[in-house]
Amino acid sequence: MIRIINLFFIIFFLLSSKAYSLIEIDITRGNLDPLPIAVSPLFQDDNSKRNSINELKIENVGSEISLVVENNLKISGLFNPLSKEAFLQKPDIAHLKPRFEDWALIKAQALITGKVTIEDKKLKVEFRLWDILAGREMMALAFTTVPGNWRRVGHIISDKVYERLTGEKGYFDTRIIYVSEEGPKTARVKKLAIMDQDGFNTKYLTLGNELVLTPRFNPTSQMVTYLSYFKNLPRVYLLDIETGTQEVVGDFPGMTFAPRFSPDGKKIIMSFAKDGNSDIYTMDLENRIVERITNHPSIDTSPSYSPDNRFITFNSDRSGFQQIYVMKSDGSNVKRISFGKGLYGTPVWSPRGDLIAFTKLHKGKFYIGVMRTDGSGERLLTENYYQEAPSWSPNGRVLIFYRETKSNDKGEGFSAKLWSIDLTGYNERQVQTETDASDPSWSSLLSN
Amino acid sequence: MNFSKSFRNTFLVILLSLIVSACATKKTTTTVEGQMQGDVYTGTDTVKYLADGVPDRVFFATNESILTTKSRDTLRKQANWLRENSSINVVVEGHADERGTREYNLALGERRANAAKDYLITYGISADRISVISYGKERPVDSGSNPLSWSKNRRSVTVKAN
Repeated sequence: MIRIINLFFIIFFLLSSKAYSLIEIDITRGNLDPLPIAVSPLFQDDNSKRNSINELKIENVGSEISLVVENNLKISGLFNPLSKEAFLQKPDIAHLKPRFEDWALIKAQALITGKVTIEDKKLKVEFRLWDILAGREMMALAFTTVPGNWRRVGHIISDKVYERLTGEKGYFDTRIIYVSEEGPKTARVKKLAIMDQDGFNTKYLTLGNELVLTPRFNPTSQMVTYLSYFKNLPRVYLLDIETGTQEVVGDFPGMTFAPRFSPDGKKIIMSFAKDGNSDIYTMDLENRIVERITNHPSIDTSPSYSPDNRFITFNSDRSGFQQIYVMKSDGSNVKRISFGKGLYGTPVWSPRGDLIAFTKLHKGKFYIGVMRTDGSGERLLTENYYQEAPSWSPNGRVLIFYRETKSNDKGEGFSAKLWSIDLTGYNERQVQTETDASDPSWSSLLSN
Repeated sequence: MNFSKSFRNTFLVILLSLIVSACATKKTTTTVEGQMQGDVYTGTDTVKYLADGVPDRVFFATNESILTTKSRDTLRKQANWLRENSSINVVVEGHADERGTREYNLALGERRANAAKDYLITYGISADRISVISYGKERPVDSGSNPLSWSKNRRSVTVKAN
């Protein structure tokens, strides 16, 4: 028997036998009716509370973890975490066996419970996901880590819940690398910065002495490639964010820019500008062999590989204006795919392989959009005064980009901020950063 | 759950650093008519001089790297000055306005700087006396968001290198 409870996109399957997958969320369409979920504070006994204060200077880390989960689920736009004020059952009892009627009464359709212990400098967390309407446990997991990782535990729980209820991998245990910006427009100071996807744990990776731009994560490791004006020579660099070591990529007699990793992490693809002409090159990170991919008197830049490494999408003005092209990864079979009105830039291939996200400029407005890899099905997700440079969440469901505001004639009123929007065009929201920010790049899932 | 990765990263990257000299000049912006031809800036608001009567910069139309008649005149003056001062080398900085994607603008700035460099070479200046650098849209001289401000920022600037 299938019962559609919410007319919109949440479907419940009530099965008579031993049931799994009772609640499901369809994330392929705009979710206008997020799933009401109760995130009970994770229970922590008095002994662990004392250890928590000693180790972390936090009295109730179980509560804090549940807030991380709640916030993640909320910003996904797919869930509506209910107010804890309304909870009738205590965390420890709920974790053993929830009284489903109590949770149904406050309109919860799913419930997360859990328990935290801190002993011998170890943080042990177990959690359960419950289907309230079916009155069943959907998932139970436990893991152990160092106490300092408690925020990551919250992200991992969020990913597990997201995956269980949507059928797709989550994107919460991830980081964003971006360019932090400060100062007036005419003398902007830019630093590389990295933070958790939810805006916490910001670290600055450079000091702001030289201009840095366009950092991008390696999808397979904690390496970053970016453009630095170190010694006033704009070159692509490779940075290991675990060790802090960095190096120039290749030995080019001119500006290299617009770097990105190949999806297998083995190559960097970028532009090299010489004598007024920019073409696309790759460098193999193992054997350091440099290959020229395009050879055309136009500007060829912003290259991005398909997830199977077989194709490259890039930006070129060979038609006279900026448009998006796709070619085989050896540079053959170049085809223009953008044919709408306006200029197109910053193509970036979805990790799912089926779409290319881009920036479009038309009649003085900037759009973030997506199209299929043959250029069909163009869909503009958001329009603004200025925005560009989308980067995909690792599950290909969310785009993060940056947006700048218009200045008045004195240059006042300018800001640059990170924003995210779902592929559906819904759930547009500002991503909190400590400073002004631009050029965001989303990491892969850290816990895989 | 695999927590094998190191979580105590030291994120501090210590870089030897040179201060990028921001080629920024403070100027009050006025939206006076008649300072643009088409969308190429023709005023002198932001212009500095390499020597008496030798302007340091030329301006471009949106998305263009073509030198206007006035730009060629300015560059011929720069070439004469370079010929008379044969010990001086220069850097030509290429810039774009803020109304374009960052990466394309880096390429466009490089194209503009090379357009100026090529013209100087045509007038007898040795290529090895001229280097180029593109700042894309990163170093505007005018921070306004209006057509006049943008026209001042679409430029190539010849700067003494020694």
